[in-house]
Amino acid sequence: MSFLFVHVVERNFMAYRRMWLVFLSGFVEPVLFLLSIGVGVGKLVGSVTVPGVGAIPYDMFVAPALLATSAMNGSVFDTTFNFFFKYKYAKSFDAMLATPLGTTDVALGEMGWALLRGTIYAAAFLATMLVFGLVESWWAILAIPASMLIGFAFAGAGMAATTWMRSFVDFDYVNIVLVPMFLFSATFFPLSRYPEALQWVVRVTPLYQGVAIERSLVLGDLHWTLLLNVAYLVVMGLVGVRVAGKRLTKLLTP
Amino acid sequence: MPVACTFVTTAPPLIVARGLEKRFGASVAVDGIDVHVEAGEAFGFLGPNGAGKTSTMRMIGCVSPRSGGELSVLGFDPATDGPQIRARLGVVPQEDTLDLELTVRENVLIYGRYFDLPRAAIRTRADELLEFVQLTDRSNDRVDNLSGGMKRRLTIARALVNRPDLVLLDEPTTGLDPQARHLVWDRLYRLKRQGATLVLTTHYMDEAEQLCDRLVIMDAGRIVAEGSPRQLIEKHATREVVELRFRSESVQHAALPRLHAIGARIEELADRVLLYTNTGEADVERLQADGLETETLLIRRASLEDVFLTLTGRTLEE
Ligand SMILES: Nc1ncnc2c1ncn2[C@@H]1O[C@H](COP(=O)(O)OP(=O)(O)O)[C@@H](O)[C@H]1O
Ligand SMILES: [Mg+2]
Repeated sequence: MSFLFVHVVERNFMAYRRMWLVFLSGFVEPVLFLLSIGVGVGKLVGSVTVPGVGAIPYDMFVAPALLATSAMNGSVFDTTFNFFFKYKYAKSFDAMLATPLGTTDVALGEMGWALLRGTIYAAAFLATMLVFGLVESWWAILAIPASMLIGFAFAGAGMAATTWMRSFVDFDYVNIVLVPMFLFSATFFPLSRYPEALQWVVRVTPLYQGVAIERSLVLGDLHWTLLLNVAYLVVMGLVGVRVAGKRLTKLLTP
Repeated sequence: MPVACTFVTTAPPLIVARGLEKRFGASVAVDGIDVHVEAGEAFGFLGPNGAGKTSTMRMIGCVSPRSGGELSVLGFDPATDGPQIRARLGVVPQEDTLDLELTVRENVLIYGRYFDLPRAAIRTRADELLEFVQLTDRSNDRVDNLSGGMKRRLTIARALVNRPDLVLLDEPTTGLDPQARHLVWDRLYRLKRQGATLVLTTHYMDEAEQLCDRLVIMDAGRIVAEGSPRQLIEKHATREVVELRFRSESVQHAALPRLHAIGARIEELADRVLLYTNTGEADVERLQADGLETETLLIRRASLEDVFLTLTGRTLEE
């Protein structure tokens, strides 16, 4: 373990300097969702009752979930599509491994970049929420590190999964997992609206943990169960990095 | 003179391999090779595709663990000291691994950062190196737009950013046209003159002859001969080779008894017959006096290709 992984982050920074438009798009997407669903659909829905908080406007309910979702999406995109391209086609990692960098540095560096980018998006989105008057509590400042945690968990899982991908066709599976999770992690309606049996399924999905954390922080409704959500994501990220590192060693240095 | 005053100036070898092996599952890529490379040498692995050259280079480059035997690079063990060793290597891999999302100059800059070198130092170094490989005017171009030869030269420049003690080049000119090849050779030749230690693999005998002070010939994971190009040719081939081509296979076949009568060693290939001799002129005169009809007839000096053919019964390119 060394600090050399920062140079992998630096490499991505160098590459994205010319791709700022791509960079910007990651910020625009959740804002569009907020405007269309939160504000637009919200007009029709009116208010939502959150246990422990009471009735709140729909956009206030959806915004923290979008924050969690964008953390997930950004980090999954960086560690699956982008990662796969560098690993399989550009051979960027082979170049790195000919230097003092090792596979762990590569995995940490790619993850570090995904987190850095995710953090910038999270901060920008939180600022947007503030402008729209959707932030209820000072605890919301912790929503940024919470986004990093979500990013970490999904980066680990995404990177590990990518090491099993054979071609870009396999990435359809990524969407098969992400889209239902996006729609059904208590993102757009409260957990109590799901049938009893399904509630338990929702509770164990990774995005639900993120949504629960972000919503609590933004609404200022803290509860000890948040520690379980946090622990879940920490373990998910750690296992992911470990598996990804091992797999990369096997694949890149046979 | 007292014995205590004689200095023993033999520096330790940069690479020592004993019984080095690489296996992929059941298949054996490198089958117990012994190699030592001294500082300042240009050392080559010459062999056909699949001989095990890349597998060997990757073990030396500490990106592939050995399956058996001993290996020491720069005095360290790749199994435990990979990062320390790699910090002092310059690697030109068989397949280009240039960063396609970066410019020519940025490729050198970021590569230097992977070695944890300070930015200011790398910037100066990058300009020097791009000058050295004649890519200064392409500094700000995307790598995609470079020709194959330019990419190869950039890879060489990049590999030198850390002022390596040992430069590993895996097939530095494979796939390049003759002109691009000569440009690469010229740069490697300069490096050699500056005292760099080069280890290269190739399946071009002319490349091995041009660049290597000493080389091993590899075939099917084993080393079949070792020495300087001159020594190898002297030992395993004759001074001259007579190359004879015939109008057809049957004519070639019919000519064989007369060729054998010369008494020299003969290699029969699909499209020609080689006659290994030290008296080419005299032999040719005798054959012509004998009425032998050939399509083309050529007397040339023996090359490493002939050494390989003698040792393995096959040509390098097949
Ligand atoms: N990663 C690998 N997995 C399985 N077999 C391999 C791998 N790399 C090389 N080989 C096999 O090892 C042998 C030697 O290959 P290589 O070292 O690439 O030879 P060369 O560089 O001389 O062409 C070949 O038979 C090749 O198919
Ligand atoms: Mg090879």
